[in-house]
This record gives sequence, structure tokens and C-alpha cells, in this order.
Amino acid sequence: MQNEWLYIGLFIIVGMIIPTAAIGVSWLLAPKKPNSIKSSTYECGMETVGPNWVQFKAQYYIYALVFLVFDVETVFLFPWAVSLGRLSLFAVVEGIVFILILIAGLAYTWRKGMLEWA
Amino acid sequence: MTIAQIIFLIVAAGTLASAVIVVTTPNLVHAALWLVSTLFGVAVVFALLNAGFLAVVQVVVYIGAIAILFIFAVMLTRREQRDFGQQMNRFWWLGALVAVATFAGLAAMLQSWSGLSGAAAADLPIGFDSVGALGDALISPQAFVLPFEVASVLLLAALVGAVYVAFNRK
Amino acid sequence: MNLWNDPVHVIADWLGGLLGGLGMPPAVATVLLALLGIVILASALMVLDIFLVWVERKVVARFQDRLGPNRVGPYGLIQPFADIIKLIIKEDITPDGADKPVFNLAPLLSLMSVLILWAIIPLAPLVLGVDLNVSLLYLVAAGAIGTLSIIMAGWASNNKYALIGAYRQVAVLVSFEIPMITTLLIPTVLSGSMGLKAITESQGIWYVVLSPLGAFIFLTAAIAELGRTPFDMNEAESEIVAGFHIEYTGMKFGLFYAGELLHAFTFGGFLAILFFGGYRLFGLENLGPAVAAAILLAKAMIGYWVIMWIKYTLMRIRIDHMLTFNWKFLTPLAFTLLMVTALVNALLRDSGTGVYVAGMFFSNVLLGWIALEIARRHARSARDKHERTGPVLETVRRQA
Repeated sequence: MQNEWLYIGLFIIVGMIIPTAAIGVSWLLAPKKPNSIKSSTYECGMETVGPNWVQFKAQYYIYALVFLVFDVETVFLFPWAVSLGRLSLFAVVEGIVFILILIAGLAYTWRKGMLEWA
Repeated sequence: MTIAQIIFLIVAAGTLASAVIVVTTPNLVHAALWLVSTLFGVAVVFALLNAGFLAVVQVVVYIGAIAILFIFAVMLTRREQRDFGQQMNRFWWLGALVAVATFAGLAAMLQSWSGLSGAAAADLPIGFDSVGALGDALISPQAFVLPFEVASVLLLAALVGAVYVAFNRK
Repeated sequence: MNLWNDPVHVIADWLGGLLGGLGMPPAVATVLLALLGIVILASALMVLDIFLVWVERKVVARFQDRLGPNRVGPYGLIQPFADIIKLIIKEDITPDGADKPVFNLAPLLSLMSVLILWAIIPLAPLVLGVDLNVSLLYLVAAGAIGTLSIIMAGWASNNKYALIGAYRQVAVLVSFEIPMITTLLIPTVLSGSMGLKAITESQGIWYVVLSPLGAFIFLTAAIAELGRTPFDMNEAESEIVAGFHIEYTGMKFGLFYAGELLHAFTFGGFLAILFFGGYRLFGLENLGPAVAAAILLAKAMIGYWVIMWIKYTLMRIRIDHMLTFNWKFLTPLAFTLLMVTALVNALLRDSGTGVYVAGMFFSNVLLGWIALEIARRHARSARDKHERTGPVLETVRRQA
């Protein structure tokens, strides 16, 4: 029913308005006296060296990649799980084959050492 | 015009506007965030079409995984997170031409589609279990069980490919 | 239908009639009523959130053998309100290099992603926002927005600590999301539905009995999802100061903090709904929606207390151990558990209830025991190997 999604949409809007209002009240009441030292980047009182937006370990990217594949997999599994109760053992076996194929992927990733934090 | 149509027009305009900003902003992280806004707009359109499952999947997969992957890719693989190159080259008119032609072609095709001109599709019966129906279709041998299993193999191939590429770069 | 048994619909009908009498079209009246309900629910949640600050401070104090807030009001109950006033009148500092629009948007998204979870939580049989048939995926989708808010905060702060904190947090979040989604599939398999109300209604026997291992994996993944100790990589004070919200001050920091507390409480609620029968408790829920809602909130509070208990008892795990634990232990275990659950469910579904429950329970226990045994063997062999060729021994050997 569209009404459900209308409700969710309204909830999202209210969920944005409430924190905005909190910040708004604070903005009205709080003092505003910025100076250059106060608004400098805080790094335990040390001066920042070099650019702040730094490149980082590529390992984070690998995890995101592996995650993407499994995320899509679980999306396929949800409809399967919902209709499982009505169906025969054959359907269960199909789902298990589906999962096993992907576990093979996890095993491959593991074997290649891509899951190591190095 | 019904309320749903008004909401659709607003959301569609927002989606298109964010899509334009994605390709015009020079800041790559901003581009990724505007892409999130575009994808969220598409999710809202799915919700308006009563396709709740697709709407949620759109957010889970595209915003939760793909957009995060994009942001990681921008942050982790590029030294400069800005694009200093030219936004346009001298063949921009060719691109515009192709885009207009594609749009015209699609519009012409949709013009003759009965779903657009005919009566609106009947509402689903109250309490219709769309996710359950999808599940039934996915695992019934008469329907889509083969594509379902092939999807798994496809995902496996994607994973192996990604690992292989990353492994060779390491 | 009366006020005690079905308050929401009675009041909605009454107000709808009132608005209709004023000549308002029914569609507009529906939207207004929905809006009214949402505002009441969200405001109640924010008040609860303020109260949670007190709960958290009091509980941590007890765990650390202190008294906690006890000066302002009875048992220090007024303390959180004093905190709120302080946060409101505190100067809001935006660092110079920050990306202002993204920096300001992040705390809003962070709190919003938690608040919208309550749209689908069934407080009582007839008191719920919407009974979505894709509720569990909706939970994951809201989590995706939360993840995004963290990466936005970390990137926009223009601070290396914030950026590192955001990276770590997102790496942990996306990793632990796999076992979490997989355990969300277990109540789905058992109840045959993704709707939270249907899951609650089908729990004649709590799912924690049918799938204790599933409940355990869900709790573990949920704690990681919340970014709480022992998985609080995002703010690891001793390493990266405060992580992604290091540059946030005043109310914007307050929003992150409020979001974190409410998130923890909400996950206590989801634990209660998915594995501990939701608003059901030996038929007491039939007394009326107020009782049912009280039962659910009490269960959520217990779940929240367990999360706090773990937080203030355990120490932080190193990030490589944490990710190894997830990818090499929790994820394969969750997938195996899902397959076993589906198989046992299909095989024993038509036998008696006793056989079914016993089969489910013991298959879970057996699987958990096997997994622990493998982990223990592995840990022992790794330790032995380390002792044979460990760094200390190596140095000694070279010197000899």
C-alpha cells in the first residue's frame, strides 16, 4: 500500500526536522565568537602536517568489495526465506546450493589472503 | 493531479537535478554524495510504484554498498579528490545529440505501449504478499530457479574477478 | 473496539471525524493524523533518549564502582536536562577547512537513521506505525544511511583522526553487516515473514530457544554495528582521540551522542522482537496495548542493559583481530547456521512440536560447539607455532 510508504516518508521528514530544530535552538542561544586558533583543525593541540584528506590503506576497499557481493547475495535470500515454509525440501536444497557457491567465493578470498589486515 | 503524481514530479525533478550535479561538480566526494541523493530518489520512485521490496533493496545495495564503495575508491585510490580537467570537450554536441535521440526513441516507443495509454493497472489485493510471491517465483522449477542459481555463479565470478585484480595490484 | 483495547484507532477515528466535520478532505485528514502520530512518537523517543543518558551514566558508574550522577534532583534524574541545557548554549565550532554543508548534514542523518527505525516497531498488536512486509531489509537500509552519515562526518571534518575513524568504522560496519543480515534471515525462515508483527505473533516459543546461536550472532553483530566496545574502533580514544566526531561540538556532538544511545536501545528492541517474543509475555499482552508496550520497552531495556554490560566489561579488540573474527569465524558460522536452520526446519516441520524444538535447539548447540572447537584448535596451533618461532626466540637464536 502506498500509504505505508507515505508514512515512512513523513517519518523521514520529521526525523530530519527534529535534529534541525535542536541545532536551530542552539544556534539562536549559543555564543558565536570564532577566532583563528579556535577554529583550526584539532589534533591534540598539534599543528596539522600536510594535507588532511589523505590517501589510505587499500585494504578497506577490498572489504567493501567483498561486502558488496555478499550484500547482493542476502538480498536474493530474503524472498527465498519468506516462501520457504510453503515449499518442499527441494527449495531448501536450492537455497543451500546458492549459499554454498558463495561460500566457495569466500574460501577463495580467504585462500588468496585478501582477508588479512596487512 | 493526485498527491502521488505531485510527489512523483518533485522527486523526479530532484533525482534529475542531483544526477546533473554528479557529472558537473569537480569535487569527487561531492559527486559521490550527490549520486547517493540520485539513488535515493530512485528508491522513492520505487516506493511510489508500490514496489517496496525494490525500494528497500535500492537503498541497501546501492546506497549501503555501492555508494560506500565509490567513496572508498575516491578516497583511497586518488591523491587529488578534485577533478581539474575540463568538464566539456569539443564533441559535447555529439553527446547531446545521442542523449536527445535516445530520449526521443524511448518516448516514441513508450507512446505506443498499451500500459501508458490504457487504464491504470488494478491495485493489488489487500494483504497480497509480494515478497512471498517473488520467493515462490525464484525457486519454482517452472519459473526462475535457473536464473536464481546462475545469479549466484555470477556473484562468485564478480568476487573472484575483484580479488584477482586486487591481488595482482598488491 | 474501545479506548483501552485499541487507543490509536479510536483516537484516529474520533479526530478524523472531527476534521471531516470541519470540511477537510479525507486524504488531507489522513496525512495530518499520520503526522500527528509521528510527531508524538518521535517526541516521546527524544524524551526517552534524554532519560537514556541518565541510565547510561548511572549504569557505567555502578560497573566502575562509583555513584554516578546524584546531585541534581532525586537520584540525579534532572542531570540529563542540565546536560541538554549545557549542550544548547555551548558555542558551536566549525573548523576552518571543513566542508560545511556535508559537515552539518552528517549529525542530522545520523539521528534520523535511528529515529526512522521506530516507524516499523510494533509496540503492541494494534499500536504500530506500519507493518512493512520488508521490515528486516528496512532495518538494514536505515543502517546504510547511518553508515553514510559516519563517512560524511569523517570526511567533512578535514581532520586526519576523523578520517581514520570513519574509515575504520565503515570497514567494521560493512564487515559485520554480513553476519547480521544472515541472522536476520533466521527469524524470517522460522516465521515465513519479514514483517515484525508476523514475527512477533509467530513466536509461541521464543526464537531464542529455537536458535540460541542466531540470537548470539545477532547480538555480537549488533554491538559491532553500534560501534560500542569491544568493537568501538571508530572512537578508540587512545589511538585516534574521538574518531569521526572529533571536530563536532555543542549540539551537533549531542546529536551523534543521542543517536548512539537511542541506536543501542533500538537494537535492544530488535533483539527483543526477533528472538525474545517482542511484546508477548505469557499472554499478559492481551490485557491491553499499554501493558504490551510496557513489556516490549522493558525487554528492550534489558537488551540495552546487556549491551552496556558487555561494553563496560570487555576491552577493545584490535582491528585486525576484529575483522579476522568477523570474516573467518562469524560469517562462515552465520551462513552455516542459516543452512542448518533451513534444513532442520524443513525436515522436522511436520513432526511434533517437542521434536521440532529439540531438533532446532540441539542442532544450534552442536553447531556452536563445533565452531568453538575449531576456533580453539586453531588458536592453540597458532600459539604453539608462535612459541616455536616467536620473535623473542628468534632474537635469542640469532644471538647464540
